[in-house]
Amino acid sequence: MRVLAMLLKRIVWVVPTIAGLIAVVFFISRVVPADPVALIAGDTATREQIEILREQLGFNRPLLVQLFDYYVDLLHGDLGRSIFTTRPVSDDLLARLPATIELTLAAMIVAVGVGIPLGVLSALKRNTVLDHVLRIVTVAGLAVASFWLGLLLQLYFSMHLGWLPLQGRISGFPPPSVTGFYAVDALIAGDMARFWDVLKHLALPTLTLTFPALATVVRFTRAGVLETLQKGFVAYQQAMGIPNALVMWKYVLRNSLISTVTQIGLLFGILLAGAVVIESVFQWPGIGFYAFQAILQSDYAAVMGFTVYAGGVFILANMLVDIVHALLDPREAAQ
Amino acid sequence: MKAALTILRKLTGDHSALIGGILVFALIFTAIFAPVLVTYPEALWDINPGNRLQPPTAEHWFGTDRMGADLYSRVVFGARITLMIAIVAVGASLLIGVPIGLVAGWYKHWSGEMLMRVSDVFLAVPQIVLAIAIAQTLGPSIQNVILALSVTYWPWFTRLVYAEVRSLKNETFIEAAIALGVPTWRIVLLHVLPNVTSPIIVRSSIGMGFTILTAASLSFLGLGSPPPTPEWGRMISESRNYLPEAWWYALTPGLAIFLVVMGFNLLGDGLRDILDPRLRRGGVHGNP
Repeated sequence: MRVLAMLLKRIVWVVPTIAGLIAVVFFISRVVPADPVALIAGDTATREQIEILREQLGFNRPLLVQLFDYYVDLLHGDLGRSIFTTRPVSDDLLARLPATIELTLAAMIVAVGVGIPLGVLSALKRNTVLDHVLRIVTVAGLAVASFWLGLLLQLYFSMHLGWLPLQGRISGFPPPSVTGFYAVDALIAGDMARFWDVLKHLALPTLTLTFPALATVVRFTRAGVLETLQKGFVAYQQAMGIPNALVMWKYVLRNSLISTVTQIGLLFGILLAGAVVIESVFQWPGIGFYAFQAILQSDYAAVMGFTVYAGGVFILANMLVDIVHALLDPREAAQ
Repeated sequence: MKAALTILRKLTGDHSALIGGILVFALIFTAIFAPVLVTYPEALWDINPGNRLQPPTAEHWFGTDRMGADLYSRVVFGARITLMIAIVAVGASLLIGVPIGLVAGWYKHWSGEMLMRVSDVFLAVPQIVLAIAIAQTLGPSIQNVILALSVTYWPWFTRLVYAEVRSLKNETFIEAAIALGVPTWRIVLLHVLPNVTSPIIVRSSIGMGFTILTAASLSFLGLGSPPPTPEWGRMISESRNYLPEAWWYALTPGLAIFLVVMGFNLLGDGLRDILDPRLRRGGVHGNP
């Protein structure tokens, strides 16, 4: 019951948060600029066009009425129209979202799949050379500018060695769309050549994106394992003569990994924020690259739409992580 | 004074904190003495087409850029901009965030609660996402990048101070002060604030690194100040058109960002271990 109540509370909490996010974006886009309509109309618009647009968009009405309308529009999925693609911003973003999620998930899989074993190893072999090397790598992972790392990887693996494609998501046409994730779609279509091509395109952006997240996972896992090792039940089992490997595998690992799961929510933030920048480096056709192009084109509605969208996705993803965590560890829900 | 000495001794005893301290000191030193350190002071605005895209040589240690300017001199001048952005943005976040956290944590009032909910919204979304919206609205310039970073970073301080004040309020010494009739402003400023200083200092150091990284990302995306300002992020962004031939172009600005951010992170970690033993290393990081 408590878990259920917690889940419900967590889901309900999303509503005011997203509403707050939208209010903040509204404030940024309508109250901060001297003339928001001029921004939306773009650099080439004439005085008259701006006035007509002001009338059309209803920007001459009181702010609170505008805020209300903004909510109503958003509930209908209307984020305005991009002056660059001339399509509704929400359509543009929706079409590009799978690319971003595919990249984010790939980076997440690498971060968790590689990070947890490395973190455990680092804790079990603490103060050895391996531990020190891993510490240096994790410190570096959190300090490096992702766009710079991406550029260096492109320079070496694509331009110098020619092993991996420089940018983009696929060479030629995408596989028939089922999930929107090219790697999965290619597998469904049974097209191994295309699957391999997609993986090659994924490799460098994933590597770049995963680096800071990987560092975080290693740090947390290491700290979690070290903390569990201090617990009384570990000393008890060791005193009982239970083989060390069994103690590690069965009791230490399971108990310490729960705290790592908590951090996946945090990871999502790192990854999503990173994707915005990395997609621009690799011209990965997701919402981050869209935002980058929109910034260059001064496509105002598109940038604001991106903020609402990315923020919303992030809030929802965090909610999902919290729910998974509560199901894994009901103690959490009781708190 | 004695406490400061102890902290200094501990800092030098901890390798990572020492390295962090040296890196941060190097940044400050470079920023202050930039005019003396550069080899080509005119590299900020000079256009020298005959000299463009030269690889590193004895005259141009880091090579030259697309305008023929000396990259070493530009990277050194970039230290000033980087340090200024970080200090002003984190300083402004402190000035906004700490008082709000103190007041909202001390008084149970709807206005304080309201501000905490606002800060929740900011914390619920990656900083760069909101910073992009703000910087785009205000237009590309360093001032606007600083503004965007300050507006999105203060909630971290508010959240931190709020939580600390809430738990301090139940401490015996605070209750005693209240019972003795000490004026509230005195309790908050002389008893509560000093006890929150350590986590604030730690957060500030890590925040400096994080802010520098976000600022570099913003200027890479084209939201920083227009050329020829020697911003590290912008220099890396410019270099993209000249790869793979001009491999040195992006190398040193990126390295500079890396070293500076690592310096603040290591210093923050070291300070955390020394000032606040309750917070173990390996805690929330990267997304401070």
